[in-house]
Amino acid sequence: MGMDFSSLRTLISRYCVGEENWVDSRTIYIGHKEPPPGTEAFLQQRFPDNRIVSSKYTFWNFVPKNMFEQFRRVANFYFLIIFLVQLIIDTPTSPITSGLPLFFVITVTAIKQGYEDWLRHKADNSVNQCPVHVVQHGKVVRKQSRKLRVGDVVFMKENETFPCDLILLSTSRDDGTCFVTTASLDGESSHKTYYAVQDTKAYNTEEEVDSIQATIECEQPQPDLYKFVGRINVYMDNEPMARPLGAENLLLRGATLKNTEHIYAVAIYTGMETKMALNYQSKTQKRSAVEKSMNAYLMVYLCILISKAVINTLLKYVWQADPNRDEPWYNNRTETERSRHIVIRAFTDFLAFMVLFNYIIPVSMYVTVEMQKFLGSYFIMWDDDMFDEELGERAVVNTSDLNEELGQVEYVFTDKTGTLTENNMEFIECCVDGHVYVADAICNGQVMPGATSMDMIDSSPGPGAREHEELFFRALCLCHTVQVKEEETVDGIKHGIHQGKATSFYISSSPDEVALVEGMKRLGFTYLRLKDSHMEILNREDEIERFELLEVLTFDSVRRRMSVIVRSSTGELFLFCKGADSSIFPRVISGKVAQVRARVEHNAVEGLRTLCVAYRPLSPEQYQEVCHVLNGAKLALHDRDKRLAEAYDSIEKDLILLGATAVEDRLQEKAADTIESLHKAGMKVWVLTGDKMETAAATCYASKLFHRNTQILELTTKRTEEQSLHDVLFELSRTVLRQHGGMARDTFSGLSGDCTDFGLIIDGATLSAVMRPAQEDSNSGNYKEIFLEICRNCSAVLCCRMAPLQKAQIVKLIKASEEHPITLAIGDGANDVSMILEAHVGIGIMGKEGRQAVRNSDYAIPKFKHLKKMLLVHGHYYYIRISELVQYFFYKNVCFIFPQFLYQFFCGFSQQPLFDTAYLTLYNISFTSLPILLYSLIEQHINMDILKKDPSLYRDIAKNSLLRWPIFIYWTFLGLYDAIVMFFGAYFLFDNTTFTSNGQLMTTNTQMMFGNWTFGTLVFTVLVFTVTFKLALDTHYWTWINHFVIWGSLVFFVVFSLLWGGIIWPFLNYQRMYYVFMQMLSSGPAWLSIILLITASLLPDVVKKVICRALWPTTTERIQHMRGIKESERTLTYHSSDSLIDGIAVTEA
Amino acid sequence: MMASSYNAKEEDGNHPGAANHAGAGIVKSKKPDNTAFKQQRLPAWQPILTAGTVLPAFFVIGLIFIPIGIGLYVTSNNIKEFEIDYTGANIEDPCYNCAKNFSWNSTAQCFCTVPFTLVQPFESNVFMYYGLSNFYQNHRRYVKSRDDSQLNGDRSALMSPSKECEPYRTSEGTPIAPCGAIANSLFNDTLQLYHIDSNGTFNEIPLVKKGIAWWTDKHVKFRNPGGNNNLTVAFQGTSKPVNWREPVFKLDPEDPENNGFINEDFIVWMRTAALPTFRKLYRIIQKKSSSTPTLPSGKYVLNITYNYPVLSFDGRKRMILSTISWMGGKNPFLGIAYITVGSICFFLGVVLLIIHHKYDTRNNSADIPN
Repeated sequence: MGMDFSSLRTLISRYCVGEENWVDSRTIYIGHKEPPPGTEAFLQQRFPDNRIVSSKYTFWNFVPKNMFEQFRRVANFYFLIIFLVQLIIDTPTSPITSGLPLFFVITVTAIKQGYEDWLRHKADNSVNQCPVHVVQHGKVVRKQSRKLRVGDVVFMKENETFPCDLILLSTSRDDGTCFVTTASLDGESSHKTYYAVQDTKAYNTEEEVDSIQATIECEQPQPDLYKFVGRINVYMDNEPMARPLGAENLLLRGATLKNTEHIYAVAIYTGMETKMALNYQSKTQKRSAVEKSMNAYLMVYLCILISKAVINTLLKYVWQADPNRDEPWYNNRTETERSRHIVIRAFTDFLAFMVLFNYIIPVSMYVTVEMQKFLGSYFIMWDDDMFDEELGERAVVNTSDLNEELGQVEYVFTDKTGTLTENNMEFIECCVDGHVYVADAICNGQVMPGATSMDMIDSSPGPGAREHEELFFRALCLCHTVQVKEEETVDGIKHGIHQGKATSFYISSSPDEVALVEGMKRLGFTYLRLKDSHMEILNREDEIERFELLEVLTFDSVRRRMSVIVRSSTGELFLFCKGADSSIFPRVISGKVAQVRARVEHNAVEGLRTLCVAYRPLSPEQYQEVCHVLNGAKLALHDRDKRLAEAYDSIEKDLILLGATAVEDRLQEKAADTIESLHKAGMKVWVLTGDKMETAAATCYASKLFHRNTQILELTTKRTEEQSLHDVLFELSRTVLRQHGGMARDTFSGLSGDCTDFGLIIDGATLSAVMRPAQEDSNSGNYKEIFLEICRNCSAVLCCRMAPLQKAQIVKLIKASEEHPITLAIGDGANDVSMILEAHVGIGIMGKEGRQAVRNSDYAIPKFKHLKKMLLVHGHYYYIRISELVQYFFYKNVCFIFPQFLYQFFCGFSQQPLFDTAYLTLYNISFTSLPILLYSLIEQHINMDILKKDPSLYRDIAKNSLLRWPIFIYWTFLGLYDAIVMFFGAYFLFDNTTFTSNGQLMTTNTQMMFGNWTFGTLVFTVLVFTVTFKLALDTHYWTWINHFVIWGSLVFFVVFSLLWGGIIWPFLNYQRMYYVFMQMLSSGPAWLSIILLITASLLPDVVKKVICRALWPTTTERIQHMRGIKESERTLTYHSSDSLIDGIAVTEA
Repeated sequence: MMASSYNAKEEDGNHPGAANHAGAGIVKSKKPDNTAFKQQRLPAWQPILTAGTVLPAFFVIGLIFIPIGIGLYVTSNNIKEFEIDYTGANIEDPCYNCAKNFSWNSTAQCFCTVPFTLVQPFESNVFMYYGLSNFYQNHRRYVKSRDDSQLNGDRSALMSPSKECEPYRTSEGTPIAPCGAIANSLFNDTLQLYHIDSNGTFNEIPLVKKGIAWWTDKHVKFRNPGGNNNLTVAFQGTSKPVNWREPVFKLDPEDPENNGFINEDFIVWMRTAALPTFRKLYRIIQKKSSSTPTLPSGKYVLNITYNYPVLSFDGRKRMILSTISWMGGKNPFLGIAYITVGSICFFLGVVLLIIHHKYDTRNNSADIPN
């Protein structure tokens, strides 16, 4: 026995250890070739294939799984239970009354979901079957993407998208590099350089690649796009040679090969394990705030329902304690009933009461809400204003579940590149010694209008200035890291250098540099190429100038500048330096600093990305010294970075300022206007971008996210390097809170115009430090709170250098903060998908970077500007509509069921329904369903133009204001009141008085008695009319359809009742409604009491409405009022001190 | 383990890469139709409920409702109604003995006589009702305990009544006609009214027993199986309801048009009352001549054949005499309700007028025309 245990234990421990290794790292045999014998044997692992699965169901599991999912919804489960109860026990109503609607709902949902899943299957298949080239036995073989396995060597051609995560083995380029654009991953459309493994870069044909014998050890997949650690063991003559692998060797799925003919690479992460896949979150079902309120109400009503049933059951047994009441001689039980145990009887009674009252939670509400959402979403697609001529696209609705959430947004998280901006850098102007040059000025002799205020000269300044000007242009042509690519294929973004000739393109990791070099070309200086470390420039006179490139002092984000040292053909030595103004000006010793600085500031305010250019002539001696310093630093073994920085610092000094440039990443049309509107509507706008801080900040200024008087708080790596994160956070929160305390009232009033508002800038690294869970330091746990506190008080936040998952983290953080605000994320790239999925509402922009975002979004719009109408108009309407829909539905069912409850007190708690079965079934389905459905589709409490012009109206519905508990309770009490009026109104007419009809319809000589069904019909008639009129009173927008539907359903009720009571229905085992309705109508008092009860029921609501409007009008109501006045007066000679309303009145005209 | 984790991911559903290459197909560039409906710009009437617009309505409602209410109230008050309880619950009541000694098995009928006086003469037609209290005709078990097909003369339903009739479905193996609790508990007291004139003679007042049920019930909903003739044959093979003294075809042997299922007393009873206290029309006393009142003031005697026990469930039996007006029987509630609602509207109108003038004066001129 003991033996067994110990062996078992070793087995387990071995297994565990093995598993541990397995989890930590993976080993890949390139080309599935076993390593040479003698080397350490690796545990062979199993990896998933490269199949992408997004579908939910298979053909076989669809029915059970879908049923299970559907009945997991509380409501559906509830209706199922009710249905089963009706089937099993003797209940007052037939099972059909609840079974039929339930069946309908379940079937429709199943069909819809099945169809959606079929589409997903189709999409998956097209991805999984797309062809990939794999090297097998020295030959390139075509394979389906899904069959790709870890270890396969893949052959990729230019412009192909990587099917999985790959380690670059070799490329067609001599230096073993390749260019890749990761636009669909992180939104950066620039080309990035990746490096092949040193030892394999020479293997350049299929055969050679196939001969590589190597293993790769690397970490198990993790979502960080920029992190990768691994090691490759290349076996040369059975001698392993280990090389480190880093992120620069890893090609990610989703990225595209550019500017490289072909590459060979080996798959290391496949299928659902690729970094891209890990960066996506599962698309969980999003639920809107309204739906949450609805569920809360549902719970309340469920409690009401159960308590009603319990109360009635208890009362029934108290009442029945007297056997003469329980079983009077005229009303005996059957033997079987009598023999049942009392507990079972009580339980059955309880269930019967539940069934009787179950209509209080109507299945039709779910159907109506679904229909409202589904049909309502068409208005978004149909909207002409959201159609973009240029793209030929209109808004797309992927999830109609969230329509009303669009009216509740509090935080907007927007991507920058491609969302706020066009993602298209353009050289705007340069300024040399205060003279402004506009790129187009040379071509068409026009001057940018904004430049006229400067002391502007045309292209022929004085001789000294002319010299400076040319130097400036040369500086820009030389001081960059742009590569020239001679290319036959036409790339849409870059422009050819020589139109008409063999086109070539500029390529750079920084799009700004491309824009600058292109701008120079338009100003007459064309950078041709770098050849034999000589840079060639074509100047204005079409002469080629050659400069020898001696040194490149590369850009880094701390220095925020770069320099080159060149030798001109005449032998002069120059250092050209370009960089951010803040890093250039302190190093300048001469030049027209004041003018340039003024221009730079002017441009920065315009939202342009500015760079300053300076130079320093070097004497040969100085150059020698520079070389010495640089070489010393480069060769240093310790602190090489630090020493290089020092060296750069010592070299880039005593500069002579030449001028400044301005590049624009053009904002999307009306982006600033949209952001301003969102601000006015009370939303907080956050920009989340992978871009660097300066660029992002410039865009934020341009898009009016930050104003000139916005106080910028920085929470960046640069600052946290100086101080500890702790100190920075506390300092910022102090600043903010001090301000906030003083301005408490201003922020409350919502108009942030007067008080200084704050803008926060945070970068990815700092953010992850903030988000890091509490460790040894007990304070760090609070960082999140402090950060949130700061954010709450900032009107705008800019997060830069964000990884896709970090974007989602931010959204999650805000979502989880204590107010649980509603968030909206909008973006265009694949890097925005995780945030789009995370936010309450995700909106995709149909941008240049693929359709990933659009596909994963809830809504997609062609341009950022359409967000305004989407939120302010559609969102507002949907919210108003659905909140009325929800409240009204509960209201009308309280009206419907409460009389039944009251009736139990008068029928010995016997579960006798007050209304006929047909009325019970049709009340929610046909008599009262269409008016509210129509209302919830086309109601407009205010014209859409006003909504658009006055964003502050959006605040009226903020925080789910129409579905708060007080309002819900008001509606419920209104329902109770109406129910009481209806029931007791009828009761007093029937009780102790003779409520009778002049029986025979033709003759009036006798007097008939009415029974219980007439009683119910009377209550029901009043009920149908009351709830319909109540809706009519709430309708502000009466189109002919409203008239048709509202009056139509009343007419339908009357016609149906006449028909239902008009004939003896065959196949029906009771005829209790025969002529009941007509007999009722033949009685004068019935008419009088119907009119009276309807009036009495509606009275309180009308009074409440009128008084509230007169005494405490909301903004919405005031504007409605203004419109009413305008319409009645038809003039605008209206003077008001209230500028807001005045404005509306005028704009209305 | 691998597999399970993989499956877990599969479950999460959506996968990204799918989107990347998927042949989304080029979305057809469709410019939305510029129709008023699709652009949500249908012409519409946009009313707003403001104090100004609602004011006139309130006054109008008040002004209409109050006169109607007064009219109803006066009419209702002009109706003469007389009610007498003959249950015999107390020892001094004339029917005490009958009530106390009641037994289902006794074949001998119990009679009692209740004298009463009408202070005012009843002009025009007088309607005679019996009223029951604490009798739950609206109990669910009771309401459903009937077979409408059987009552409609369906032969198959006659011989095999619906299960709803249990436990009044069959009696010793033979189907009961009419089956069910409602029919079984048919009110079977016989009431006779005598006027004692000045000489002390008893004049029986003729009571009309036809025309008390809904015309449609009598002629369409209720039918005897196989026509109205020879009901004895038609009902052969059925047994009488257990609490009945006579089978259904002997309800009114003299008048074939009022016998069997189409007996009007039976039809009236079969229309279950809405509330546990109810009255049902029993007889009509028709006006004889325009000169004399239908029921002159004076002494009367109500002769009762006491068959119907109510004391066991603490019930009460009443006899009611009433005249009617255009709006039915005596009904003060409706009039009072109208007056109340009308007054409230009027009052609210005044309140709103004040509010309107105080808070809405600025827009006064604009609102009134609305």
